[in-house]
Amino acid sequence: MYVAVKGGEKAIDNAHDWLAEERRGAPDVAELSVAQIREQLALAVNRVMTEGSLYDPDLAALAIKQARGDLIEAIFLIRAYRTTLPRFGYSVPVETGEMACDRRISATFKDVPGGQVLGPTFDYTHRLLDFALEAEGLERSAPEAAEAEAHPVMPRVTEFLNKEGLIQHEPRPAVESVPGDLTREPLQLPADRALRLQALSRGDEGFVLSMAYSTQRGYAKNHPFVGELRIGSVAVEMEIPELGFAVEMGEVVLTECETVNQFTGSRTEPPQFTRGYGLTFGQTERKAISMALVDRAMRWQELGEDDKGAPAQDEEFVLYHCDNIQATGFLEHIKLPHYVDFQSELELVRRLRREAEASGQAARQEAAE
Amino acid sequence: MAKDTVEKTGDEAARRAWMSLLAKAPEAELKRLWAARGEEPAFDWLRNPEIGGVMVRGRAGGTGAAFNLGEMTVTRCALRLADGTVGYAAVQGRDRDKARIAALADALMQGAEAATLRAELLDPIEALLAERAGQRAARAAKTKVDFFTMVRGED
Repeated sequence: MYVAVKGGEKAIDNAHDWLAEERRGAPDVAELSVAQIREQLALAVNRVMTEGSLYDPDLAALAIKQARGDLIEAIFLIRAYRTTLPRFGYSVPVETGEMACDRRISATFKDVPGGQVLGPTFDYTHRLLDFALEAEGLERSAPEAAEAEAHPVMPRVTEFLNKEGLIQHEPRPAVESVPGDLTREPLQLPADRALRLQALSRGDEGFVLSMAYSTQRGYAKNHPFVGELRIGSVAVEMEIPELGFAVEMGEVVLTECETVNQFTGSRTEPPQFTRGYGLTFGQTERKAISMALVDRAMRWQELGEDDKGAPAQDEEFVLYHCDNIQATGFLEHIKLPHYVDFQSELELVRRLRREAEASGQAARQEAAE
Repeated sequence: MAKDTVEKTGDEAARRAWMSLLAKAPEAELKRLWAARGEEPAFDWLRNPEIGGVMVRGRAGGTGAAFNLGEMTVTRCALRLADGTVGYAAVQGRDRDKARIAALADALMQGAEAATLRAELLDPIEALLAERAGQRAARAAKTKVDFFTMVRGED
């Protein structure tokens, strides 16, 4: 247990001053601007937005600068900031089917209508360090202005399978229920799929990745294909009570992943593919794919599968441990002063040792006699 | 009565369209075009510009039941022109000036200035957004691939 301590103000101030100097680094190296971080470390910004659960690239870039590049610390700053914002409302659910895609690939269909669009990807690079990037001033020339095109219509890959009834349908409910919100109500188990998806989307990328990987290696195996991965911008719309209609407030870039997984069937339903779903802010595809695999693993009950005792099937284990801010808070608090607590343990262990020694002596004496 | 409904629906669609454009307008461009129009009309605040969060929702599987994805920052405000017209804005981000301009433009678009405002502000923004989206689509199209499945040699 943590017991409050007093004192040390001067040392703490000095430590924070030093932190500010270390953050700046050597003064003869140019300072990073928030805009540079936003533009040139965009994937770090995207991760902070996704796990901070707040879409605002400038704020995420500022948090990364303040946190000296420690992304979990940056996510912490964003989570703390968002609690200060008044909640204006909830958006109309975004229409990812109408996404203006920068990237859209399918691992299941080669000739998918709308095409396989790679976009700005690390895929098919050789992962060799590019020393040309080390040389400053080697600016790439701006891309030539091309003939502007309209974004092609990109039908959902799962819809093709759906037409034949080969995949589990994901219909819009006839009566829309209000999904639970982890930022308003603490997590309660059992959690429905809406809560699980919210928790996974803001969950730690490393944790969700490892859980997803464990399902691929055989823990709650359900053999996924990436049916579709798409990245692009969608409009966000909200009902405005003063106006009596919904208006678009802006656009967000999202990554969406739909997995196609092995069959399930029952007495009433013939075998069909099943689905997992991932949706994250920005270009964050490792996270979105991981989320889809874990979402699928946690649907075992709904799909009539066995509980194999796999970690990824255990919603209590996954949902209570995927949040890196909760985890960090509890983990890092143990480095704060615990002097009173420790003092009592010290007393206890000394007493136990005295008692053990005394009974040992008594036993030896008895044996000698 | 049916005619009223049709008119109202038409007006509403038009207003939704210009509000969407104003919200998506790049801040710098919106401010530049707005400043070029000269002095702002007089107005009273009904709701001062306020920064807040909106919870963005998605749907499970893209098409199923709704869930809460995460928040985005939004600035909103409402104002009234001297002639009583009310303008409203709810725009992404934390730029109070952008929200004020969007609300003023929303009010002016409901009055006699609509045609000139459209020509001076909305049309250039619409063209800019279309150009940017078109360039992006063209870049994406350049990365479109055709994969060929190789014969695996097992038959």
